[in-house]
Amino acid sequence: MISFLDFEKPIAELEARIAELRATADGSDLDIDSEIGKLAKKSAGMLMATYARLTPWQKTQVARHPQRPHMVDYLRLIFTDFVPLAGDRTYGEDAAIIGGLATLDGRKVMLIGHEKGHDTPSRIKHNFGSAKPEGYRKAIRLMQMASKFGLPVVTLVDTAGAFPGIEAEERGQAEAIARSTEACLALDVPMVAAILGEGGSGGAVAIAAANKVLMLEHSIYSVISPEGASSILWRTSDKAADAATAMKVTAQDLLALKVIDAIVPEPTGGAHRDPATTARSLADALGRELSTLAAYTPAEIVRQREDRFLAIGSL
Amino acid sequence: MSWLSKVRNSLSGLAKSDTPDTLWMKCPSCGEMLFAKDFEANLSVCTKCEHHGRIGAKARFDQLLDAGYTVLPTPKVPENPLNFRDTKKYPDRLKAARAATPYPDALTNALGTIEGTKAVLGVQDFKFMGGSMGMAVGEAFVAGADRAIAENCAYVICTAAGGARMQEGILSLMQMPKTTVATRRLAAAGLPYIVVLTDPTTGGVTASYAMLGDVQIAEPGALIGFAGQRVIQDTIREKLPDGFQRAEYLHAHGMVDMVVHRKDLKGTLAMLLGYLARKEVA
Repeated sequence: MISFLDFEKPIAELEARIAELRATADGSDLDIDSEIGKLAKKSAGMLMATYARLTPWQKTQVARHPQRPHMVDYLRLIFTDFVPLAGDRTYGEDAAIIGGLATLDGRKVMLIGHEKGHDTPSRIKHNFGSAKPEGYRKAIRLMQMASKFGLPVVTLVDTAGAFPGIEAEERGQAEAIARSTEACLALDVPMVAAILGEGGSGGAVAIAAANKVLMLEHSIYSVISPEGASSILWRTSDKAADAATAMKVTAQDLLALKVIDAIVPEPTGGAHRDPATTARSLADALGRELSTLAAYTPAEIVRQREDRFLAIGSL
Repeated sequence: MSWLSKVRNSLSGLAKSDTPDTLWMKCPSCGEMLFAKDFEANLSVCTKCEHHGRIGAKARFDQLLDAGYTVLPTPKVPENPLNFRDTKKYPDRLKAARAATPYPDALTNALGTIEGTKAVLGVQDFKFMGGSMGMAVGEAFVAGADRAIAENCAYVICTAAGGARMQEGILSLMQMPKTTVATRRLAAAGLPYIVVLTDPTTGGVTASYAMLGDVQIAEPGALIGFAGQRVIQDTIREKLPDGFQRAEYLHAHGMVDMVVHRKDLKGTLAMLLGYLARKEVA
């Protein structure tokens, strides 16, 4: 059962009527198939039209949809032979960032990504995808291991941001993020990052300073949440929609700004309506980038990544 | 308005100066009324409570570099690529900041010597849009590091920023990896990169070049952190510990090498460069 977002209300109403008709038709002689067919066609049309012109704020809501596929879903759908690797060897194991050895369409990679969780217990376990310093230090450890054994790195980014808490600060949240970004830039193996849902600020870029950066069609990537920008810049909590538009947070905006390299298409109605198809598109896109990067020498890989970020903001 | 300026402004016989509030000032920490000239002569440190006031690039260059330094040009960057406006247009905010400070953006570099040892010194001015890191800051940081490499000398940076410049959206976030490319280049060249964390240094600046120094120095009492205190409080709904995110607290938690009083800062830097800087090839 898909839960509908506010702006999908007309579609939700149509779908409810279709369900009602089906229930009525069940066990009766009434022929209402053609009526159902008509309504279903109308509903599909509305869904397509709505998703063809989502506003940045609507995309933000899709990106955060509770049923949107997360890291663990892609892990199940497109990766095989996963060997999870845990811990930062310094303090602890942070389940907000999952990592390990994995195989993607026959290609062995080091996989690292945020996991938000899908119900209350798993959300608590994964701290809603907001990592602490030990999460980033684990990412550093795994990136260095990937380099040592010549494995390309794939990161899946989905976080509202790094965790803001007393202990996170005491254990050096800022330093952990800075070092994780540095570890990305130091990699002499190919690295491809994909933003799955939310790319929230420093907590996202820490594992997204990659050779190639992809975004799912309805994901967002931003320096601060639209709500945060609203409260700081407009000094009110109700300008998040304006902030989302002004800050240019969508995949389409970021491709135009040359901050990302490609957009991974989502099925009509968003990834949560068809996780398998979305996952296949993601696997294909990751595979394409990894194949291209496989031709680079280690020195060229480092250089390409450095040049990519040096160019942002240079005249 | 302080009682003194009230009294002074009400005295019709006194001509109002162009900058009426520069004669006396109130220490933002202890509230002591300070004669501005004394305060400045004391490196903008309160003579009563030792509070370290926020200072701009020019004052910092004068305090840390030997006489005869050269201010380096601030690189030009695309302006307002997002065509951003919140309650004000971004270009208007830039214009106001440029009118209030001497340099074109929040980070300015100078080439000079620190007690005789050559160094590039970068200073972030909190008065310029909260010191925030946009493309101009990122590009200036890279230019400062590159100049240090060209001069075969250290890059010393005094950080001060609320974080990334939101008016540049994602482009400001991308300055985190961009500046990190520069710190890596310094490391590859074997040149010292020294960070002086000043009040306040938070957000994306702390989470990139401000925490990557070979040596991390903090000024007393400076607020240094990743997340803002209100955000943390709203998230965890607990009282923050005393001195949380202050320089001394970071020192106690192993995040900085030392907390150094401003009067000792130049000497400390000189001492460090004496150990770490490449010797000039004769």
